[in-house]
Amino acid sequence: MAMTDVAHDAVDYVRPAEVAEEALYHPKTWLGKYVFSQDAKIIALQYSMTAMAVGLIALLLSVLMRLQLGFPGVFSFITPDAYIQFVTMHGMIMVIYLLTALFLGGFGNYLIPLMVGARDMVFPYVNMVSYWVYLFAVLLLLASFFVPGGPTGSGWTLYPPQTILPGTPGADWGILLMLISLAFFVIGFTMGGLNYVVTVLQARTRGMSLMRLPLTVWGIFMATILALLAFPALLVSAVMMTLDSVLGTSFFMPAIVSMGQTLDYSGGSPVLFQHLFWFFGHPEVYIVALPAFGIVSELISVHARKNIFGYRLMVWAIVVIGGLSFVVWAHHMYVSGMNPYFGFFFATTTLIIAVPTAIKVYNWVLTLWRGNIRLTVPMLFAIAFVFTFINGGLTGIFLGNVIVDIPLSDTYFVVAHFHMVMAVSPVLAVFGAVYHWYPKITGRMLNETLGKFHFWVTFVGLYCIYYPMHYLGILGVPRRYYATGVTDFIPESAQVMNAGISIAAIIVASTQLVFLYNLAVSTTRGKPAGDNPWGATTLEWQTATTPPSHGNFGKELPLVYRWAYDYSVPGAKEDFIPQNVPASGDTGDAR
Amino acid sequence: MSLRRQLSTKPWLAQRGVVTDAGGFVGSTPKVTLGAFLCVASMVFALFIAAYFIRMTYADWRPIPVPALLWLNTVVLIGSSMALQWAAVSSRREHSDGMRLGLTLGGGCALVFLVGQWLAWRQLSGLGYFIDSNPSNAFFYTLTAVHGLHLLGGLGAWVRALVRVRQGVEIARLRMTLELCAIYWHFLLLVWLVLFGLLLVT
Repeated sequence: MAMTDVAHDAVDYVRPAEVAEEALYHPKTWLGKYVFSQDAKIIALQYSMTAMAVGLIALLLSVLMRLQLGFPGVFSFITPDAYIQFVTMHGMIMVIYLLTALFLGGFGNYLIPLMVGARDMVFPYVNMVSYWVYLFAVLLLLASFFVPGGPTGSGWTLYPPQTILPGTPGADWGILLMLISLAFFVIGFTMGGLNYVVTVLQARTRGMSLMRLPLTVWGIFMATILALLAFPALLVSAVMMTLDSVLGTSFFMPAIVSMGQTLDYSGGSPVLFQHLFWFFGHPEVYIVALPAFGIVSELISVHARKNIFGYRLMVWAIVVIGGLSFVVWAHHMYVSGMNPYFGFFFATTTLIIAVPTAIKVYNWVLTLWRGNIRLTVPMLFAIAFVFTFINGGLTGIFLGNVIVDIPLSDTYFVVAHFHMVMAVSPVLAVFGAVYHWYPKITGRMLNETLGKFHFWVTFVGLYCIYYPMHYLGILGVPRRYYATGVTDFIPESAQVMNAGISIAAIIVASTQLVFLYNLAVSTTRGKPAGDNPWGATTLEWQTATTPPSHGNFGKELPLVYRWAYDYSVPGAKEDFIPQNVPASGDTGDAR
Repeated sequence: MSLRRQLSTKPWLAQRGVVTDAGGFVGSTPKVTLGAFLCVASMVFALFIAAYFIRMTYADWRPIPVPALLWLNTVVLIGSSMALQWAAVSSRREHSDGMRLGLTLGGGCALVFLVGQWLAWRQLSGLGYFIDSNPSNAFFYTLTAVHGLHLLGGLGAWVRALVRVRQGVEIARLRMTLELCAIYWHFLLLVWLVLFGLLLVT
């Protein structure tokens, strides 16, 4: 093909790669290399380990909650105050400090430079500071367990006025630490996020056009844009809430009588807080979902040895979902007493967002269709993601309608829905991603038997936990309650179901220890992986060394000649052609 | 090319083998980064302003009187922005005197502006308009504080630029820093004009 020849000549004229090797910062001390490192790969591991550590705490909190719900009154140390504190901390840690940090700070840092063919992030120093600010935010949050009154117990949505009123656990110190920690998280994230976006825009290697980017990068890129634009809402509401709490302003606090005393607050608007919070909160759902979408697309394509179906549509679906996620926030507020016309508008936009999402699901299924499917552990997790995401998405269509949402809003149906769609699904994607990229990060494979055991117990267990919750919700069992006691409309069997859910939750939680054991042991005892154990096309698998060295790609940056999904190309010798392989007869490309 | 054909071409397949120059955006990396950061900062201010509009419809809202001093501060901030623009233009034309003067004047005016804002706070609190006495006061103090903090951050960059000028770093290497400073200052001036207008109108 004539075009190919032109391309080979053109290589000589293309400008040199922007970050030459000598421009990289080379640390000289052990501290500079492994602790205050400016290498995105080390920063990624720091982010991931911190996120996983704090995630384990949140997991433990959920087990404690389940102990109370399954066996009320048995564990005397779980007081009503403690229970609601566990709920709050579990939610906030899981959504922000685990999932957001892990997807963007962890996978974003590791994969973006490698996948776009860059030596590092564009601002390595800022990238390093981003991690340390994040760590500081985590420590501030955890400190709230040790202050008088303990952590805040206002629910992870932090709704005023109860958040800062006496009577709510942690109304003095806990909530302040939470708000300050969130503000630091946002600042730290903004530093990292600017890096991710600008690296994707500016530091791609030659040939890596936007339409050749792997979908993982697209997912993380778009999620980062969402986060950069949505986190300011969290920052603004945290600042205003802090002022209400400390200086006695009345941004959100209405005129209120608390415990027989009229407080100094004058007619503020709690609903204003809800608007601000959900203006952040809804995009947040997609901040954790879009990277998962990207990763799952990657896993399905690689392990089914088939090009992703409808690449361009997948990219546009990511972009459209990102845009729409900013105009659906008030579907979280149908019961807040806002104007009913609002409800109509937001129900419509919510249902529209199902269209691009459904396109993605169809494309995953069509990619699997007649593929050479290899049921490796990453693939199992990817397929499990698609299942679970469909389940959670369908109940989302229920809850997107005002008339269905109102009776279900404060019940376990909502708990089941959002855990399915934005807790379990992204976590399944995280597991799949870890099993997929671990060989690149450590040079060794994770143990497959342990992996399959981890997968099956987790996958089946999760359904044992969350499926029954839908029924509890339809019965009307309210969420956030410490105990329902004897209630007319809740049959005794609901308690049996709750006990069963708790047992499943404890089993699933303990199985994660197997995963951690696998992670730890395989670093030294795992089967050596080689450079490209899955036969994948993207650039991170084409590095000269595994794990990739500082600077990622040896002396010269790779040139990109094709999109990221050349699997099973007719006429090609192998069933995959890496992105940096030029066209020739061996690759099935016509010449 | 017909629309149908255009929609059905697959550039990633059609261009297989071609090394296209991805290149990124036309802008330079520092400018793209600053642009992205300004989007984030705009979002912060836009959300504060949206909250302002929502909150002002409630019954307890009493507009805060705008101190006359703010007019003077506005003029000073305009001067600051213009001086930095002058510094940036001078660096492009390799006029080192103009660059030094513009840079010093720009940052100096920004400092004067901050002192002026603090004096305006003093005036208002002297008259009994405290942050917790009315939501409009709370917004006034918060918005001016957030704006001031952004300006302080800019002054951090300004100090670094000033040090580099003093160290005699050659003009060509300062050009980008000065341009970025100027853009950031124009942005903060624009934000201030919007905030000031908001205070005057409501």
